Amino acid sequence: MSDFPAVKLHVVSGKGGTGKTTVAASLALALAAGGRQVLLTEVEARQGIAQLFDTPPLPYEERRVAVARGGGEVYALAIDPELALLEYLEKFYNLRRAGAMLRKLGAIDFATTIAPGLRDVLLTGKVMEAATRERRGGGRLYDAVVLDAPPTGRIAKFLNVNTEVAALARMGPVRHQADSVMALLRSNKTAIHLVTVLEEMPVQETVDGVAELRSSGLRPGGVIVNMMRDPLIPDHALADAAAGVLDLAEVETGLKAAGVEATAATVAALAAEATDHAQRVQLEQQERETLAALEQPIYKIPLLTDASELSGLHDIAKRLQDQGMV
Amino acid sequence: MSDVLPLDVDGLLSTAEIIVCCGAGGVGKTTTAAALAVRAAEQGRTVCVLTIDPARRLAQSMGLTELDNTPRAVDGIDETAGGRLDAMMLDMKRTFDDIVLQHADEARARQIFANPFYLSLSSSFAGTQEYMAMEKLGQLKTAGTWDLIVVDTPPSRSALDFLDAPQRLGRFLDGRMIRILTAPARAGGRAYLKVFTIGVKVFTDVLNRILGAQALKDLSLFIASFETMFGGFRERADQTYKLLKEPGTSFLVVAVPERDALREAAYFVERLEADQMPLAGMVLNRVHASGAPSLSVERSLAAAESLDEAGGEELTAAVLRLHAERLASATRDARRAEQFHSAHPKVRMVQVAAQAGDVHDLDGLRAIGGELAGGLAASAPAAAAG
Repeated sequence: MSDFPAVKLHVVSGKGGTGKTTVAASLALALAAGGRQVLLTEVEARQGIAQLFDTPPLPYEERRVAVARGGGEVYALAIDPELALLEYLEKFYNLRRAGAMLRKLGAIDFATTIAPGLRDVLLTGKVMEAATRERRGGGRLYDAVVLDAPPTGRIAKFLNVNTEVAALARMGPVRHQADSVMALLRSNKTAIHLVTVLEEMPVQETVDGVAELRSSGLRPGGVIVNMMRDPLIPDHALADAAAGVLDLAEVETGLKAAGVEATAATVAALAAEATDHAQRVQLEQQERETLAALEQPIYKIPLLTDASELSGLHDIAKRLQDQGMV
Repeated sequence: MSDVLPLDVDGLLSTAEIIVCCGAGGVGKTTTAAALAVRAAEQGRTVCVLTIDPARRLAQSMGLTELDNTPRAVDGIDETAGGRLDAMMLDMKRTFDDIVLQHADEARARQIFANPFYLSLSSSFAGTQEYMAMEKLGQLKTAGTWDLIVVDTPPSRSALDFLDAPQRLGRFLDGRMIRILTAPARAGGRAYLKVFTIGVKVFTDVLNRILGAQALKDLSLFIASFETMFGGFRERADQTYKLLKEPGTSFLVVAVPERDALREAAYFVERLEADQMPLAGMVLNRVHASGAPSLSVERSLAAAESLDEAGGEELTAAVLRLHAERLASATRDARRAEQFHSAHPKVRMVQVAAQAGDVHDLDGLRAIGGELAGGLAASAPAAAAG
């Protein structure tokens, strides 16, 4: 049973370097497993999805990038704010030619750059369009949409398009669009997941991010703890190792038993490495407790050597399924 | 790696006037900048460190509790050598506001501050942060209060953003759309502006329809009240860019031994060279090293396995596995550093060992400073690579 049964739009954020795009792509694969259709979107012009699935750069067009376990397909779309504005002008105002002319003049770039919040409304608006398509409208129908969103530090502001655009447009179509986006984002059809690793800054940003989302009336979803490493030191020796008072005689005896030359220098070097490791394990333990206090569901992904390859993505997808996220 | 040219950090700290720490996001730029600043101050120089987005506890350790855009003295620095350390966090909006205040009278400035387009430009335009970091650096330099200014650069995906973004903002403000939108007022209905004028009309019509009349009014007010300043932005960006080329300025590229970070560092090194900007060298953070490089990965793992089979030596087996993991990381790091070195043999390098935890006090910064100044020999991990 999935932890997010009603959710249609999965927003995935995380501090840079935590593997946010990898997790978003894996989540899309997990959601597609067993024959469903999922759209994976990105909004930061990074072409992160194309790199991950090893395809040519994605155009502003839905392209199939992967097939999930047991059938099911993942499509991908790199949303470009300029093209989204052109699409918007064409669709709602039949302004295709005027749009093309404005683009040539640099006006579209200008508007999406300087108009407060317009860019984010366009980006989230396109995601909303894909997530709420109905049978009669144009375009492919998706069972779920995953958004590889901007990093945790900016996520609440990015999603809170309503407030952002309020200063610009008190009425009119853009305002209306912002209101509809907000309604979807605040509903139980949307979950905002945060990816982190067990280090101080990413965990702090996750805590701050959850608080900001909550105060904006948005729903934090799961916390995905990525790149976890198993503690190698047995529990009973952890405190000693961390304090740098490991039983050197025991290590020496062990080395001799294994037939390894146990010079004092080797034993001391190994003990020093154990100390570093144990201190890190203790820090990670603190970070885990901090995350647990958030009272959001937590999913754990180990450090995988093939995380950025397709096999790794399938592996992570399976783990997310096994832990009930999907 | 025995032929790697070492980076003389203390030499740099005693002569440089500006040190710019750049590199991809998440490589420890802020910590490196802070550690260098602390060390220089304790060696007797009057130093200011300009940080952009420090981790909370690191900021606290330097007394940076309020974001007031002015350098404040850092407590706890050993000033016996006659030096001093001031630190500040960049407030980009405030820096932008200050520029406006310099160019406009108070009434007009207030009008600008209240305009939603200005709010957007001063808080979320990609490039504003970089521009304002440069601007602030220029101001600090002009103040003449400090012997040395150490700058941390904004957390961007690409290290090159720091060099390019300021001009991007300058170009934008001095750009075609702004000129088009201000042209009718300036030049009346001259013929060559006709096509532009048509463009403006379409643009304003479209804006009117999708955003409403108020937005259009805000935009024209913004443009009108900003008009006298636009050209100045590009000029300012050019000026600070020149400052970066002056003797006394040194760049330090910060990286970690990971593929993406090293690729960014390589782009940056090449760019500095192309622009004839002075690169002091590279700081390679988070390098793994092992004190027992002669005990190989294979041997350690085999020994751990044989202990498991015999039973009873759980701790030693764990320690051996740990060693194998650590040595593998050290070998990989050394290989990556070596690859970088052979592609860029002239770049001086200093390596800083991976720390067990984050640094958040002055002692931690001093320890890093010590390593930067030569605590960890560049050849140590190379021995591990064996």
